Amino acid sequence: MKGTDNRCGGIKAFWRAVWEKDESDSQPEILKLEREYIPDEHAILKHRRDHDRMIEKTYDIEHNRIYGFFRRFYRVAGLLCAMALILILLVQVSYLPPVGNSHNPGSNEVAAKYIEDGLQDTGAVNIVTGMILDYRAFDTFGESNVLFIATCTVLILLRNDKKKGKDSAEEEEKRDSYYEPKNDVILQTITGVLVPIIFIFGIYVILNGHLSPGGGFSGGAIIGAGLILYLNAFGFKKTERFFTEKTYKWVSFSALTFYCLAKSYSFYTGAHHLESGIPLGKAGAIISSGLILPLNICVGMVVACTMYAFFALFRKGGF
Amino acid sequence: MAFVQNVPFFSIILSMFSGIISSVLPEKQAKWLNTAVITLVGAMSAWLLSYMLKVGGSYTFMMGHFPAPWGNEIRAGALEALMALIFSIIMLLSLLGGRKKLKDEVEITKHNIYYILTDLLLSSLLALIYTNDLFTAYVFVEINTIAACGLIMIRQNGRTIVAAVRYMIMSLLGSGLLLMGICMLYDLTGHLLMSNIQESVQQIMQESSYQVPMMITIGLITVGLSIKSALFPFHAWLPDAYGYSTVSSAAMLSSLVSKGYIFLLIKIFYRVIGIHIIRGSHILNVLFVFGLCAMIFGSVNAIWENDIRRMISFSSVAQIGYIYMGFGLGTEAGMVASVFHILMHAATKSMLFISAIGLTDASNGSRHFSELTGSGYRNKIAGVGFTVGSLSMVGIPCFAGFVSKILFAQAAVAHNAPVKIFPTVIVLAISTILNAVYFLKTVIRIYVPEKRAYEKKQGYLSFRLSEQKMYGITIICFILLNLVLGMMSQPIVHIIEIGLQNFS
Repeated sequence: MKGTDNRCGGIKAFWRAVWEKDESDSQPEILKLEREYIPDEHAILKHRRDHDRMIEKTYDIEHNRIYGFFRRFYRVAGLLCAMALILILLVQVSYLPPVGNSHNPGSNEVAAKYIEDGLQDTGAVNIVTGMILDYRAFDTFGESNVLFIATCTVLILLRNDKKKGKDSAEEEEKRDSYYEPKNDVILQTITGVLVPIIFIFGIYVILNGHLSPGGGFSGGAIIGAGLILYLNAFGFKKTERFFTEKTYKWVSFSALTFYCLAKSYSFYTGAHHLESGIPLGKAGAIISSGLILPLNICVGMVVACTMYAFFALFRKGGF
Repeated sequence: MAFVQNVPFFSIILSMFSGIISSVLPEKQAKWLNTAVITLVGAMSAWLLSYMLKVGGSYTFMMGHFPAPWGNEIRAGALEALMALIFSIIMLLSLLGGRKKLKDEVEITKHNIYYILTDLLLSSLLALIYTNDLFTAYVFVEINTIAACGLIMIRQNGRTIVAAVRYMIMSLLGSGLLLMGICMLYDLTGHLLMSNIQESVQQIMQESSYQVPMMITIGLITVGLSIKSALFPFHAWLPDAYGYSTVSSAAMLSSLVSKGYIFLLIKIFYRVIGIHIIRGSHILNVLFVFGLCAMIFGSVNAIWENDIRRMISFSSVAQIGYIYMGFGLGTEAGMVASVFHILMHAATKSMLFISAIGLTDASNGSRHFSELTGSGYRNKIAGVGFTVGSLSMVGIPCFAGFVSKILFAQAAVAHNAPVKIFPTVIVLAISTILNAVYFLKTVIRIYVPEKRAYEKKQGYLSFRLSEQKMYGITIICFILLNLVLGMMSQPIVHIIEIGLQNFS
């Protein structure tokens, strides 16, 4: 009896395997990641209960009068400080010069020169780009370093450096697909259509930064958003074919290095009143305005990488 | 233009570039690059300092092809060069002294991020020292803030994360107020370059058209920067951030990061607003009162503390109070004393942090006083370093602390308003006694011999100098730096005086 049971079980298992194989063949990848991962609800609840109990014990207002007093005091004091700040700022706004008045202190020779000579000095039709990447390029270099260092800080906080075995990677993939189901046909199809358009638009915004509104920061943000959309639709495995942590490292490294070297050269020649020898080109052409175009590309790359890296780190603690 | 005048530009760009390169280097090379860059920056600053002392005055350096109100500009003089020199020396020593601890406390894969952060921190400090443009200052304040957060939380345990979050919130509040102030200043004057703003501000104060918003703006900037540098009522983030982060971070945060903001505030007072307008306003009186409170409350908190690292952190609150008290006096002498105190505190506090870690290592890593008994014998060089640091903080002659205390006292006595003389002198005396209470208590504690049997039972380790050469050399360098500041203070005070005169 026992033997037949076993045999029956074996046969059943065999047929089930065949059937599942067929299923997965006919609908590739969709059934493979069915919801097998069930988080241990009980453990989570227990952990939460412990946490609540700890909080109650630590902040026991019944027995800890001083804590109770300070909690109330801080609430009131915080409210009062915020009200005072709001009041001060409102008073301040009422005193400030009216917006858009031509006699404002803001409309002086500095702004006038940017508007009048901007095109001639920098070769950029878009004055804003000329300002941030040529007149005040040092500030913008600092700003791209802010992005760089922000990614470093998030890396410290979220990067998961523990060596993972193959099992745990698979486990992670399951957990991932449980919380955020992917392989959604609608999402994938639409992403397939949208992502190329988004990328092309982002590249257009970056390359045209010196001619029309836009530039490295906005174009980079668009490309980064496209990358994030692609990641959400197709998952890490597909994204890793062209964008890994190594790619991130080298792209942002080379972009910042180029920015640093190019601008150091330009600062050095500028400070010593030497000709930089970089042609400004014909205003309005796509290849014009000297260093602005390559710098825009660099900034765009850094911004796109930063956005994607933030998303990937928050999602999974790695790329 | 002499070649040496490129030094400010080179040192800022070099330290930023090394940070960028470190992102692709393995941990060891990043460490060497970092050490090399800091040394190089220090050497170049010394070169610039000797040149500026010979030439006198100050000069501006154009960052790009466009002259000042349109492009960016940096400015250097003897005081800036001195600051850069001392900051880079202290950064180098703090990193060398905490290197072993860094290995224990931080994951090895994150070491090169640590060096990226320190490189960029150095660049931002240099930029804050040299900048002549208010917006550039803001950009580098941002880098400084983020780098400091990273330095706190790179040692990952619950306490550092909480400390980093607190630091982030307070620091961003300060940055926000500073940014609002800069925006309003731009709205009122139409400039971002420091010297141009000063001209417009003087005009505004004479014409009396925008006086009220100008005062509010100055207030916002001052409050913002004093939040960032942990002046008394805003110091709640400080003890956790300095007490639990890895020791190099604690030394750099306490001695450099907060000092960078204070130096920026001095620059804003002198170069942006004009010191006589600041003196005419009541802002200095407010700073004076809070400085006095900080001197008392910081020390009282330090006495209550039972954890050596947190005690040293609370002592920072008191010392920052001294600096703001010097501002509050409103005289040239008070300002000179404050700037000297910045240097003295930077040199001494980093030494205290670094030597405290040697003492705790010799007591199984415990930071409580009861377990530190006799640790001065178990780790001799750390004990010596801690003693020298404590004596300097208390203000024993020969050490740096004595000079800054006497400068403060002289500035107070020479003041013409008795309303400020008496509180300053009295609080100075009380605070010195309180300093002595908690520092000498610790020194006595570490030199009270513990029973051998008990030490053996607890398994305390003894460290010889030969086992920790790098650490020993670091402490000796710190002691020498302290003695230089303490016994050769005259030329340094002279540099500070001419530097402040150049500012105005």
